[in-house]
Amino acid sequence: MAMTLEEFTKKSEGIRRNFRKGQTKPAEIVVGMGTCGVAAGAQDVYDTLINEIKRLDLAVTVTPVGCIGMCEQETLVDVVREGQGRVTYGRMTPEKMKRVLQEHVIGGRVVEDLVVGNLEGDEEQPYPGLDFYRKQKRWVLNKCGFLDPEKMEEYLGYGGYQGLVKALSEMTPEQVIEEVKKSGLRGRGGAGFPTGTKWEFARKSPGNKKYIICNADEGDPGAYMDRSVLEGDPHAVIEGMIIGAYAIGANEGYIYVRAEYPLAVHRLEIAIKQAEEWGLLGDRILGTEFGFHLHIKQGAGAFVCGEETALMASIEGERGMPRTRPPFPAQKGLWGKPSNINNVETFANIPLIIRNGGAWYASVGTEKSKGTKVFALTGKIANTGLVEVPMGITMREIIYDIGGGIKDGKRFKAVQIGGPSGGCLPESLLDTPIDYDSLTQAGAIMGSGGLVVLDEETCMVDLARFFMSFAASESCGKCTPCREGTKRMLEILTKITEGKAVMEDLDKLEHLALVVKDASLCGLGQTAPNPVLTTLRYFHHEYEAHISEKKCPAGVCQSLIKYQVIPEKCTACGKCQRACPVGAITGKGREIRFIEIDRCIKCGACYAACPFDAIAKV
Amino acid sequence: MSQTITITINGQKITTHQGASVLEAAEENGINIPRLCYHPMLESTGACRLCVVEVEKARTLQPSCTTPVTEGMVVHTESPRVMDARKTVIDLLLANHPEDCLTCEKNGDCELQNYAYQYGIKHTSYKGERKDYPILDDNPFYQMDPEKCILCGRCVRMCDEVVNHHVWDYAHRGFVTKVTTAYDMPVEEGNCIFCGNCVQVCPTGALLPKYGMGKARSWEITKIRTVCPYCGVGCNIYLHVKNNEVIKVSGAEGGPNDTLLCVKGRFGFDFINHKDRLKTPLIKGEDGQFHTASWDEALDLVARRFAEIKEKHGPNAFGGLSSARCTNEENYLMQKLMRAVLGTNNVDHCARLCHASSVVGLNISLGSAAMTNSIADLVEADVIFIIGSNTTEAHPVIGMWVNRPLRKGARLIVADPRKTEFAERAHVYLQQLPGTDVALLNTMAHVIIKEGWYKKEFVEKRTEGFAELAKFLEPYTPEYAERVTGIAKDEIIEAARIYAEAKNATILYAMGITQHTTGVDNVQAIANLALLTGNIGREGTGVNPLRGQNNVQGSSDMCALPNLLPGYMPVTDPGMRGTFEKAWRVSLPAKPGLTVVEMIHAAEKGEIKAMYVVGENPMVSDPDIQHVEEGLKNLEFLVVQDIFLSETARLADVVLPAVSFAEKTGTFTNTERRIQLLRRAVEPIGQAKADWWIIQELARRMGYAMDYSSPEDIMTEIASLVPIYGGVTYERLGIQGLQWPIPDKTHPGTRILHRDRFTRGLGLLAKVPFKEPDEGPDEEFPLILTTGRILYHYHTGTMTRRSKGLHAIRPEGYMEIHPDTAGRYGVKDGQWVKVTSKRGQIRIKAQVTAKMHPRAVFIPFHFVEAAANMLTNPALDPQAKIPEYKVAAVRVEPEP
Repeated sequence: MAMTLEEFTKKSEGIRRNFRKGQTKPAEIVVGMGTCGVAAGAQDVYDTLINEIKRLDLAVTVTPVGCIGMCEQETLVDVVREGQGRVTYGRMTPEKMKRVLQEHVIGGRVVEDLVVGNLEGDEEQPYPGLDFYRKQKRWVLNKCGFLDPEKMEEYLGYGGYQGLVKALSEMTPEQVIEEVKKSGLRGRGGAGFPTGTKWEFARKSPGNKKYIICNADEGDPGAYMDRSVLEGDPHAVIEGMIIGAYAIGANEGYIYVRAEYPLAVHRLEIAIKQAEEWGLLGDRILGTEFGFHLHIKQGAGAFVCGEETALMASIEGERGMPRTRPPFPAQKGLWGKPSNINNVETFANIPLIIRNGGAWYASVGTEKSKGTKVFALTGKIANTGLVEVPMGITMREIIYDIGGGIKDGKRFKAVQIGGPSGGCLPESLLDTPIDYDSLTQAGAIMGSGGLVVLDEETCMVDLARFFMSFAASESCGKCTPCREGTKRMLEILTKITEGKAVMEDLDKLEHLALVVKDASLCGLGQTAPNPVLTTLRYFHHEYEAHISEKKCPAGVCQSLIKYQVIPEKCTACGKCQRACPVGAITGKGREIRFIEIDRCIKCGACYAACPFDAIAKV
Repeated sequence: MSQTITITINGQKITTHQGASVLEAAEENGINIPRLCYHPMLESTGACRLCVVEVEKARTLQPSCTTPVTEGMVVHTESPRVMDARKTVIDLLLANHPEDCLTCEKNGDCELQNYAYQYGIKHTSYKGERKDYPILDDNPFYQMDPEKCILCGRCVRMCDEVVNHHVWDYAHRGFVTKVTTAYDMPVEEGNCIFCGNCVQVCPTGALLPKYGMGKARSWEITKIRTVCPYCGVGCNIYLHVKNNEVIKVSGAEGGPNDTLLCVKGRFGFDFINHKDRLKTPLIKGEDGQFHTASWDEALDLVARRFAEIKEKHGPNAFGGLSSARCTNEENYLMQKLMRAVLGTNNVDHCARLCHASSVVGLNISLGSAAMTNSIADLVEADVIFIIGSNTTEAHPVIGMWVNRPLRKGARLIVADPRKTEFAERAHVYLQQLPGTDVALLNTMAHVIIKEGWYKKEFVEKRTEGFAELAKFLEPYTPEYAERVTGIAKDEIIEAARIYAEAKNATILYAMGITQHTTGVDNVQAIANLALLTGNIGREGTGVNPLRGQNNVQGSSDMCALPNLLPGYMPVTDPGMRGTFEKAWRVSLPAKPGLTVVEMIHAAEKGEIKAMYVVGENPMVSDPDIQHVEEGLKNLEFLVVQDIFLSETARLADVVLPAVSFAEKTGTFTNTERRIQLLRRAVEPIGQAKADWWIIQELARRMGYAMDYSSPEDIMTEIASLVPIYGGVTYERLGIQGLQWPIPDKTHPGTRILHRDRFTRGLGLLAKVPFKEPDEGPDEEFPLILTTGRILYHYHTGTMTRRSKGLHAIRPEGYMEIHPDTAGRYGVKDGQWVKVTSKRGQIRIKAQVTAKMHPRAVFIPFHFVEAAANMLTNPALDPQAKIPEYKVAAVRVEPEP
């Protein structure tokens, strides 16, 4: 299907003109089929839907799409019926699906009790009626949840590959780089290096053979931005990479994606094949002199392979261990050749920037951080989900206006941003604007987009210990400070949570954290102490309580808590006794129950089982 | 030239070259930066973080080993921030390291310990878990203790980058990361060749040689720098000595090896103190048994018998075998004894059996009989053509040098009937039928001329015989070569193209070329390729015979050879003879003497009555051993001088105990013409004496005045008579030695021969026709036997088979046979077979391997109980008189 630029332009214009014409007659049903949706049961809902349609012989179109972001409401199904707009149903099950099919699709009556919202807005702002969306600005996620990611025509219908056509037909590589520089786009992988500048280095680096690499090794606990983009809109990333390759002069590229993302891998494979068939990948792209070949390389699950030099070592078939810089990848990267590496979200921004211009992109954001940023909002928050916000929005707006505040009426304690490399910010910093520099100043980092909200029941020492245990086990083992230092920090943190530490340990911990930060080889080691350092900075009192009072204020650290029956509340129902796995609770018949400390393993089963709040953690 | 860069370190302005690391720049200026993972021979990885420094404007501390200098850079190497980080790094390493310094073998020599001392870390401040791994102790040579490993990765990189064996790598992640073999397999299964270079670079006690364990504390050891006694690479080594015992060997910096060694050099030294060492002279009595004797008794007896035989049968009734294991000084004295005292030119040595063809062939073509280039300038080659050399086994350290250009992208051509380690890695591999090298080489020359790939200007200016050669080569078409050699013609053309198109191409060859009845032809055909393409006289080029024994170059230079006087002066030349006659105050025989194999024949025929064999073992090393034995038994009087009672010594009438390399002083000349000083490290074992002393005593007792007080005295005489050694004094040799020619006392030596003109003037393009080997396969003996050296043994095994570890790894001989061939004769892997030639039969185990040419079998020559030389063909090259060890027709029959 090799086409020239003109032929391709003509053909895609045609597709756009007739896009989804008649699809909503009599009805179109859209099912959210990202990994999140599937995990929530979307496959069953989808299968039921297909079977029912067949059984009832209905003339409706079913479109599987990627994630639209409302994780809290999965499985999501939209029904579009002529004249009734697009109605979104949440928490769908096969039974509810049958009901919606009968009442809404066939009967024309919206099933009000299942409705999440009406999709009345555009892709950037789909639900004007929902708080969750009101402050969002969906640029990168634009088509996620709207298009069928396994169909090239869908991407073209939404205007896909127009950025590439523009770059190839109207712009020199230098102009492309200039436009990206003008946009102010900075690396969305977390470090925030200006993308245009990075491309310029790679472009200017001498050599005929260059590589462009997409880092899709998303590994932070609680982060799934990139997965959602790859699953929901894979062609956007590919288009961004082709434009990047054209700009820097690469003729070969890799997408390094976690093997734990099988659906993303599957959709990428389909998308690459389609792009090859359409002549958008391969030699002489759209009849031009420019050629580009793209491969997928699946990572084996090492967190450190998200570090660019380790990632390249891994592509080369070596053990995924970071290499020192300089030389930088732009000078000597993959197989010693000049290479450029960006993450998924960065590439997904590129087609927009080329299509709409750098100035358009730079109109949103702060002075030094432009455009939007996608976050995965998780933790003790009412509306978990995938959100995209303009740079400069405050943390408070994200948590309270978009996220709906803390779950179950609990008190906010901190927000952990940037994963194991990031930091914990307290309530006093909630008005910090989301931009690279403000977050760094606060001791955290932008990171790739993990945002974990913590409430009063989270112990900050235990949280620091959790992240340190993650860093210690994911350290590649190459450099001494990270390999040995994270282990010793973990040991000190464990000592503190067990009530065995003395105050000098805090100094030792902080000192070690600072040396590891200063002397480690790669970003993983240099940022691994951040959770410790920020919690020491903002929650020092919690550390002190563990050491001097031997108490865990949040009631989390097992060694420092005990469970007691509150006699005045106990009704002697015996539920706690039955729940206890070690028989540590005594008392018969109408006797008030008693927990024997020596036998109690502090599992908390009694606490959870008691219907009368008669068991206290002290 | 590279640009200079100015930086500031600790307030001091420093100028260095672009591309230098901060660590190198500091070091050049006497600023010491501690390091653990850094090693000058290896790529820097910045892993240990001990060498971190503060670079102004950098966000974090920078590893000085990987940070390149940039103009105007301001560096602090000892700021409080840096010192704090370093102390913490050491502290962290100690926290995960056993605290057994008091009893650790490495105590006093441990880099971690030294830094802990330097930075005042008495105890670790991080008491916690320590890694818990068992010691890897599955081989005879060294052990690996992961608990003492600090994961600096020097061993990993050494094995990857230098040795190219990839035995070590990291396993697991985080705190439990360890260096280990693939799947924790025993190291030998993991491809280890026990060179121990990983052991040498290990900064702690994680990798330790086993032999010396428990024998000495580091401060009790005296280290003596000397030269390895094995192959011709001439590696510089340190003998670690305590109480007159060598307990360890390590590679010395500089020299041809720059710390690298192979398994023999590093671990094969226990023969020195072996209980079998000869400790007193032995005289065979009437009862046929040896009886111990005093030196006076033995020497007087030999002198008396020699005098009687000379009186009765004349000087040419003597044959003398000198030794390539002995020093230059000793070889010089030996040939002097034979010529000046006994009056015969019947003196030869094992160079006859290895590189006689090179001596003759290169002298004719180029004018100098040695490697044209140096080992170190292999690095400059972008094409390496290896023919008839199993480099990684026979010259392992040169193999490691070859890895360097290959790592930088140089291309490799290998021609060998066996698929050697380098053949596996070659860009073009040519598996020729044994004995067809001239056809292959002539055809490459044919293609190079026909395609116009030869360097016309070089050919015109520096060579002669081009037109004749071009015409002569016309019939050597690729089609012809394909028929003769069995190599596809396209491969030959491709090899010719790669070689000819190279900027710098070098040729390495060894016994696969020389040990043929066409050995001289082979050598000249090789020289033709270099001459046609101008690949000679520059770094990274040349014609490079890899010499087999530690001093085979030197013993040839000293001309323990029947036709030449020291410095390659023909005995037939009256002028040359006159010089020596004047110096030695005797008249010298003018008729060339007999070569090794000819002497044996003469002994068999009764023409030679007495032989004096110094440090050679013809009963294993010479072709057709049955005849050797008959010849030696037929002698009236046989004197053997050796360090062990070798198979040959057993036949002797008098055995004289000599000392090993560790017990003597002198010089060895290595394969790259480097004359190097051997330094005595231990006292002689028993009453053993240095060979030069014994020879001198014999001469004196026969009435010839020799009055050298030391080997240095002998070298003074050599320098006065041998022009290529003219500038040699022990003082000048120093640490690095000197490469001949060294015409005078101010000459710096010669790294590369033939730079502007060939020693003979113009390079000779020789017309060498292809000839079939002496003995082709037939119905009765359908296979071709070829022989050679293996990594773990050396020559007749007198030393290596007495080394416990080497013996444990390869205790017995074997015959390599191709699976198809094995199938045809019903031979299974590991099965005993009978191998028969026209001359004899041996029993040996078969090793079925696809490495072998389907029409040939291979047997290593080290094992007397399955001696390849029972089978080999004593047919000689007409000029070089080298026997055809590489081609003999044999039959293989499985034993039931």
